[in-house]
Amino acid sequence: MTDKLLMKGNEAVAEAAVRAGCRFFYGYPITPQSEIPEYMAKRMPQVEGTFLQAESEVAAINMIYGAAATGERAMTSSSSPGISLMQEGISYLAASELPCLIVNIVRGTPGLGGIGPAQADYFQATKGGGHGDYKTIVLAPGSVQEMADHVALAFDLAFKYRNPALILGDGILGQMMEPVTFPKLCDKVPAPEWAVRGKSCGEKKVIHSCYLANDDVENLVHHLFAKYDAIEKNEKRWEAYQLEDAEYVITAFGTTARIVKTAIERLRQEGIKVGLIRPITLWPFPEEPFVTMRSKVKSFLCVEMSMGQMVEDVERVVGIEVPVHFYGRTGGNVPEIDKIVEKVKQMIK
Amino acid sequence: MKKLFERPKALLDKPFHFCPGCSHGKIYHLIAEVMDELDIVNQTIGVACVGCGELAFEYFNCDFIQVAHGRAPAAATGVKRALKDRTVFTYQGDGDLAAIGTAEIVHAAARGENITTFFVNNSTFGMTGGQMAPTSLLSQKTTTTPYGRNAESNGFPIHVPEMLAALSGATYLARGSVHDYKSIIDTKQYIKKAFINQLDEGGFSLVEILSLCPTNWGCTPIEAIKRVENKMIPYYPLGEIKNEM
Repeated sequence: MTDKLLMKGNEAVAEAAVRAGCRFFYGYPITPQSEIPEYMAKRMPQVEGTFLQAESEVAAINMIYGAAATGERAMTSSSSPGISLMQEGISYLAASELPCLIVNIVRGTPGLGGIGPAQADYFQATKGGGHGDYKTIVLAPGSVQEMADHVALAFDLAFKYRNPALILGDGILGQMMEPVTFPKLCDKVPAPEWAVRGKSCGEKKVIHSCYLANDDVENLVHHLFAKYDAIEKNEKRWEAYQLEDAEYVITAFGTTARIVKTAIERLRQEGIKVGLIRPITLWPFPEEPFVTMRSKVKSFLCVEMSMGQMVEDVERVVGIEVPVHFYGRTGGNVPEIDKIVEKVKQMIK
Repeated sequence: MKKLFERPKALLDKPFHFCPGCSHGKIYHLIAEVMDELDIVNQTIGVACVGCGELAFEYFNCDFIQVAHGRAPAAATGVKRALKDRTVFTYQGDGDLAAIGTAEIVHAAARGENITTFFVNNSTFGMTGGQMAPTSLLSQKTTTTPYGRNAESNGFPIHVPEMLAALSGATYLARGSVHDYKSIIDTKQYIKKAFINQLDEGGFSLVEILSLCPTNWGCTPIEAIKRVENKMIPYYPLGEIKNEM
């Protein structure tokens, strides 16, 4: 297979995972991400990997737990309602410090909703999602190329910090086709020392999240949060776009950021100086560019495919002195360029 | 002096935390003896979930993972598919396996997943304080069936190995007990066959083990033994339910 291909975002995720050394995929079909398990069903046998269609998302995430405990690169993918079913397992993975990749190709919900693109799982992804004090690393790709690139990055970060990593895509990123360049196929990555692989590999090892004493649970959480501090210090990523002279800043991630770029082009043609902050890591949230820009701009606009979830993080960082406006569409609908342009013009008035 | 009996090497030298008369310690012992006899301690990975038996990882001298309530067969699938040459077993109670984990156990068996499950049936939720389990007997009083389990509102107790016997992937299914000497000897043989079936790559094996819970049954250990004989075994007959080894 060549290294440059025209592919759907979902297929790019799957191929990138194989090339990053992932040899275990467990999942359950759900639109709009079913191309990922379908691709893996074909691809995994070619690299002596394992593809298994689980009986549910609940089972799939626990199969991931088992595979991750052996130190292997394992992944699952799903869409919003399925990711909700995985939250119990994700909490256990975080508590047991097991690295893995979870891909959420978000659809318009709550409830069953529809199959249109959305970003309304931002809270679920960035604020924990399941029970307890924990965090997951969350990456938000903005193109098919980034869908592929973020897979390798997510695995690297997951294993570096022994923590689950999420890719938060949406139905557009999953379904649209773009040219994508892949790295060479990576061999199976050797299992780390902490992996549970039988005592023939060393001393007895146990991976668990069961503690009967309150202090033991608190110590575990403090240990996790020391790690989260390091992730916040080292791993924030964002794209700064035309911020140098910006008087207004729009912030958006994923598909929405692409739409915003077109709106910015149009606004700049009219002489309105607008820039974009595109968070690439949603957790850790990239505070720095907002801190830099808050003393320079007249106002911010947050554009999302939800009723406004990331806007709360923007407000948290920007504070009350600079206004933070919001424009969003939800339920599978996409923000319109005209409306973004109109919204910025209203902000100027 | 010749030593006739000692702690199996597959168990650590650590006192159990269980209540008086509880069977978990005995069952751990039997599994560990078989692991010694088959010389598989260093290649075995245990999977425990939630319930009194979950602290198995504290006592067995093999690698272990502990997972969410009922999900051990799924996690064991993840371990076994990654490490095909290792021996993987799950240790699950009746609430865990026959209530919340029904989907996982049925599908692991249906896939013929090459793992071994030990299913401890004491007809109650032990760890949470004696609530009704799917295996609680009709008329059995529990903290959530204070007037006794009745079929009209709670349905009927589940025969797990008999239910799984319909699945082609399940190739060794047995039910034993540990309430007397004979049943202990028989159960150890079932445990051994269930492990051997996995070593032979024969598919899914499960051994149900009737177990005593005097604390939550509100009786003495001696009365609990009588209850297994007189109430449980008539409903849950002992023996091999399916053997396609």
